[in-house]
Amino acid sequence: MGRLKTFTRRAFLVGSVAVAGGVAFGVYTVRKPHANPLLDTLGDGEAALTPYVLIDSGGVTLITPRADKGQGAYSVQAALIAEELDVDLDRIKVDPGPPSAAYWNQALADEAASFMAPGGGIPTQAAYGVLSSVMKVIGMQITGGSTTVPDGFDKLRQAGASAREALKLAASRKTGVPVSALKTASGAVQLPDGTSLDYTELAADAAQIEPPQDVELRAPSEWRLIGKPMQRVDMIAKSTGTLKYGIDFAVDGMVHAAVVLNPAQGGPLNGFDATEALKMRGVRDVVEITGGVGVIADNTWRAFQAAKAVEFDWGAASFPSSMEDHWRTLSDSFAETALDSRQRDDGNVEFSFAETGEIISAEYRAPYLAHAPLEPISAIVRIDGESAEVWTGTQIPRFVQNNVGRIAGIDPGNVTVHVLYMGGSFGHRLEDEVVKQAAEIAMGMKGTPVKLTYSREQDMTHDFVRQIAMARMRGVVRDGKVETYDLGIAMPSVVVSQMARQGLSVPGPDSQIVAGAWDQPFAVPNHRVTGYRAPELAPVSSWRSVGASSNGFFYNAGLDELIHAAGADPLAERIRLCNNEEARKVLEAVGEMSGWDGVLGNGRGRGVALTQSFGVHCAQVIEVADTENGIRIEKVFVAAEVGTVVDPVNFDNLVKGGVIFGLGHAMNCEITYTDGIADQDNFHVFEGMRMHQCPDIEVRGLENGSKVLGIGEPPVPPAAPALAAAIFAATGTRLREMPFNRFVDFA
Amino acid sequence: MRISVNGQTHDVDVEPDMPLLWVLRDELGITGVKYGCGIAQCGACTVHIDGFAVRSCQQPVGDVEGEVTTIEGLGGPEALHAVQAAWIEHQVAQCGYCQSGQIMAAAAFLELNTDPSDEDIDAAMSANLCRCGTYPRIREAIRAAAQSLRSA
Repeated sequence: MGRLKTFTRRAFLVGSVAVAGGVAFGVYTVRKPHANPLLDTLGDGEAALTPYVLIDSGGVTLITPRADKGQGAYSVQAALIAEELDVDLDRIKVDPGPPSAAYWNQALADEAASFMAPGGGIPTQAAYGVLSSVMKVIGMQITGGSTTVPDGFDKLRQAGASAREALKLAASRKTGVPVSALKTASGAVQLPDGTSLDYTELAADAAQIEPPQDVELRAPSEWRLIGKPMQRVDMIAKSTGTLKYGIDFAVDGMVHAAVVLNPAQGGPLNGFDATEALKMRGVRDVVEITGGVGVIADNTWRAFQAAKAVEFDWGAASFPSSMEDHWRTLSDSFAETALDSRQRDDGNVEFSFAETGEIISAEYRAPYLAHAPLEPISAIVRIDGESAEVWTGTQIPRFVQNNVGRIAGIDPGNVTVHVLYMGGSFGHRLEDEVVKQAAEIAMGMKGTPVKLTYSREQDMTHDFVRQIAMARMRGVVRDGKVETYDLGIAMPSVVVSQMARQGLSVPGPDSQIVAGAWDQPFAVPNHRVTGYRAPELAPVSSWRSVGASSNGFFYNAGLDELIHAAGADPLAERIRLCNNEEARKVLEAVGEMSGWDGVLGNGRGRGVALTQSFGVHCAQVIEVADTENGIRIEKVFVAAEVGTVVDPVNFDNLVKGGVIFGLGHAMNCEITYTDGIADQDNFHVFEGMRMHQCPDIEVRGLENGSKVLGIGEPPVPPAAPALAAAIFAATGTRLREMPFNRFVDFA
Repeated sequence: MRISVNGQTHDVDVEPDMPLLWVLRDELGITGVKYGCGIAQCGACTVHIDGFAVRSCQQPVGDVEGEVTTIEGLGGPEALHAVQAAWIEHQVAQCGYCQSGQIMAAAAFLELNTDPSDEDIDAAMSANLCRCGTYPRIREAIRAAAQSLRSA
């Protein structure tokens, strides 16, 4: 137990690390609230009521600082504000707003704090305070970790309520009618005599009023929007080709650029010859940038073509040359010297092993994966004398602002960042290399906007990939029950790799190394989860569900083997071991939905998995058939506990999408490196799931919990282990390594 | 050279081997058609040429004969095509980036097969990739669109 104490203390002292969603920072302290960023840019007659609401003569604009990369964040944020502000969603504008420290992400701090001091109590509170301060200072306006709903649920409604009350005060002053006699609806204050004052008419007056802060929020029974199906604000535009994504954006006078980076990722450029490229039509220049060249042309395709004509002398990558070496590095990391955390150590695992002669053991692997949003990453940057302007789809606008400021040698405050719609991200847009490279090119042609578009091949081979990871399970079963479960997980630190690219060092243990494993709702009598930190290999980044994307598979796969050895039923034994009421209901729900009654037979099999990630318990039952064309995934039953389902349609869509994302990558995706060069460069070798493979998916959202939680990531981790368990049930083949198509075919 | 897109004729001065995709996007500013892979693996660039679905990233502009229709020409926010209406009704899109191509593929497919089975839909649509995983809703929307086109 000495070790546990040491760890608890150290985790608490560090305080400032390892946030979910893969974001972290150095240590700072601050206590003052942030200025309202909108006050700086307001014109005459405009009133900024709170950082989330803007009202002017053009109407009401809701500021939705969490980026929309396809998860419906703009709609859900707008709905939360509108619920209290009493505006109609089809009559307002939605804008991501300027980057600002005021939009710091509280929910990411909460997630990190729970790892630092498991069990809550005073240490949690203290760590939380430190983290909150840090996030405020750095201005962690970050979209990630499924935090948009948890972070915004109260904050955004409060913003809407404060704004509403300020408008009523303004109306009261204007008309002499007491506030208590005023009502609001459809963007107007209604007077007792039946007349109404539009919010836009009250904006200038409201600007003179300090918005009331402690307005009571409406009870769920009064909600107009929350919990009911909503028409997403972007649906018509996305169905008619009229929505402009980052890659579609154009600025007057812009040039098009492509980059060629050292195929051995991160390796240096020793030299290049652009003679042939420069002769090609439309090519304006070829310039050296960090780690490669930028090719500037008058059209994207011409830039891509010219990029292929440049000849290079590249240096070697800094990481191992073969995948065997990558795996050996992980294997060697299961050592006391690489121990990163042991936040779960129940009972006495070592005593149990010493007592029994029969220890069950297995090893599991999860590969590198690309994010590969369907829209390749892009950015437009224009650098002028003392200012710069950026147009891009990003989840980290504040980092973008700072980095462009640094490259241009100007005050970051003079960098304007326009956050554009994103054609997916899955974590890719938590990186900003494309913006930095566009800025480097733009420095050589001041005043000209440079649009840098990655080819799919650059996007995939120069992604910062999902972590490679390995796990080792040992366990003991007795009397038909799982008695001991010891799981060790080794991976490089995503948080360290990611933050290093932002110039930040991150001390302390990394919760993501054991996320989705250390805090699962199962009371195995002897239960230990240990994280081992491998040295950095290929540069890694947050990939939809981060640590849990590999660990959900490891944890459930190990547990499944032990349950099988005990001769128990996979669902019944999980329910027996479950020590969390909400989690048990989630398991019972998928049992009921699937009509679980043991084995299916006839070449068919079913598997179950549950992962708690980002606070959400999500369980899945998957049914497969072993056909002559391979494994066919027939049905998926999913239940997730999120406290409140804000929009049932978007919830259903995100859960199904998360399951398909988890299954598709588990089936057939991996990034491997040979001499530091990614072997997969496009969708013919990184396919994911296609429609003919897509199972029927039945979804149920549970609302038993008191916390409101986000659903973007939690459906991903349980998909792969439930599939592996179903394949085992159907075929007797135990899959311990992703992707599964290394071992079985899929129909 | 001259091409006709969404009922409008354009003179474009480009290399004949430039893919139609880039002529549409960069030369004509028609951006509803998307670049996803450049090797005909994802279908985001799907347009119609004389009503047939074509991967515009693999179609040299010099070889284009016939009328090109992009998602903008299929129907707009004020005058939706039945497939677009079904997409909105079923709230298909997440990031939405693949959906121009999905809709164009579905619209061309429903011209050829007015009463498709679920297997027909899967077979026709499996060349279009969706990274967000909206396949269940795409299936629902196509079934609904087929019905509304038949009863039109």
